[in-house]
Amino acid sequence: MSNLNTKAKELLASNTVKMFIGYEAGPTGLARPAFITDPEQTDRLIFDERCKQNLAVYLTKQEVKEYGKIAIVATLPVMRSLMVLASENQISPENLVVLGISPDGNLLNIADFSLMQTYIEKSDLSNPKGDEEKLAELLKLSPAERFEWWQNELSKCIKCFACRQACPMCYCSRCTIEVNQPQWIPVQANTHGNMDWHILRAMHLAGRCISCGECGRACPVGIPCHLLSMHLSNQVNRQFKVQAGTSDKMASVLSTYDPNDKESFIR
Amino acid sequence: MESKLIRKESLEKLYGNLIADRKVYAPVKVSDKIEYRYNPSFREITFDHVRSTLSVKNLVFPKVENVLYFKNSKTESSVNDIDLNRIPEVVLWGAHPCDTAAFDILCSTFCGDIKDEFFSSRLEKLTVIGLSCHKRDDYCFCTSVGLAPDSSMGSDILLTLLENGDYKADLVTDKGSSLAARYPDLFETYSGQKSLVAEIKKKFNLSEVTKKLANAFEHPMWKENSLRCLGCGACAFLCPTCGCFDIQDETHGSTGVRYRSWDSCGFSLFTLHTSGHNPRHVQSQRWRQRIMHKFSYIPGKNGIAGCVGCGRCSSGCPVDMNIDEQLAAMENIN
Repeated sequence: MSNLNTKAKELLASNTVKMFIGYEAGPTGLARPAFITDPEQTDRLIFDERCKQNLAVYLTKQEVKEYGKIAIVATLPVMRSLMVLASENQISPENLVVLGISPDGNLLNIADFSLMQTYIEKSDLSNPKGDEEKLAELLKLSPAERFEWWQNELSKCIKCFACRQACPMCYCSRCTIEVNQPQWIPVQANTHGNMDWHILRAMHLAGRCISCGECGRACPVGIPCHLLSMHLSNQVNRQFKVQAGTSDKMASVLSTYDPNDKESFIR
Repeated sequence: MESKLIRKESLEKLYGNLIADRKVYAPVKVSDKIEYRYNPSFREITFDHVRSTLSVKNLVFPKVENVLYFKNSKTESSVNDIDLNRIPEVVLWGAHPCDTAAFDILCSTFCGDIKDEFFSSRLEKLTVIGLSCHKRDDYCFCTSVGLAPDSSMGSDILLTLLENGDYKADLVTDKGSSLAARYPDLFETYSGQKSLVAEIKKKFNLSEVTKKLANAFEHPMWKENSLRCLGCGACAFLCPTCGCFDIQDETHGSTGVRYRSWDSCGFSLFTLHTSGHNPRHVQSQRWRQRIMHKFSYIPGKNGIAGCVGCGRCSSGCPVDMNIDEQLAAMENIN
């Protein structure tokens, strides 16, 4: 912990970075992102089991980018997000200092993206146990029952787009849902419009989602929408033997062609 | 305002009478969340919750509402209005004072110079049985915006828990009195039994905040405090007083519907012009608008805060934007 604070202070005081993104504790005890520019403020930083939010989302935000070089506290999901963002040319590694951190709060020695890749490859990339159990439970249902279950969950959606906004991979400056000529997706937050929205989002993230669960965590009405993307990530992994966010050179599976791709879907 | 006593058993009878001939919208606990549902059984209703996930504004301002139907042919277009007489009578049961007070604030938006007939028709058909709070949590701040856990604003009848488990029923409006008059056996004489009301400490001084905001448009705090804001609409959609909406036409062949749906000033698209120019092009400007609207513009226009202190924007925010913490800080800015 004190390592993190010292390191942050050093980076800011030496002007190596202009901003440090980590976690702090809010007044109700929740952990939340902290954006620190003053080396004297680094005492605010914390790292413990409350620090779950995927901070990579901020690296593509205009007002954050304007600061210049940034240091970011990176848990495994953040590192995987950085890989995807780098492979999609959304971040420049030279503008970034990544402070890899282990789940128990120890700083990792990750000087560049290739060392980060090695660390990711050695890590356990399986989904959280609770999520896998819920997915298994859902897959046991008949398609009609499963559809009904999702319909019921998604009918609660108020289309606040917290799922999209919290997702590092949802960086489009204009989301398809905001295009209304033509209107691809119904704007209405009714069951039909909600289903369309979440299916669109899941498809767009297939092969890019690193299963951090942030969309589900952000949802103010408690829809486990992360299970949709998680399931598709599992499918992509099964079909193409690829896991998103394991390399900064990897193009998205569903937007590239490979002569060896399966053609079993053609019947 | 007359106060009556309603015993716990009588409350169940009252509820039974109400659901027999109309829609009653009441809070129930679903897993760890509080939701409002139409006509749940009396046993399902919760009486000791702090706040529901969503506010009850959808009763007067639904998340999607059809405004008109249209039909186009090669030579002409025709429009069919919505029949507002079909809006049903609804009783809102057990809403807390912050949520009921919000109807008055929404009214300042919807019932101004131009009366919004959709909103006002729904409000006219609504009878509100409020419930004072005897529980609170760290997100509550109604007392900082001029309300209290037992405010009667917006209620037709306000129920307050008494120490012995019965309820005091304040008959706040004529609507409330006439409802009570229909069930004279259930409403007894109230003789001053002690009530249980949560104690909610003041977190900031509203008039001081409003005064500071008047000169704070260019203050650096907007950016500093909103870097973590994700730009979603959770705060606005959970908020009982946010009334902004978007209007869309949805066409199927030659027929279509025009509807309005909730919108949020936190969205980047909210102020985007057709030219491509966006006067609020970054998130800090949108966050400033949200705060200014509730704590400077509405108080300036109507003399009341545009916020009821329900705490939903903070409790539902994925990144803990914590509004009362920010307002308390604003009280002390230079």
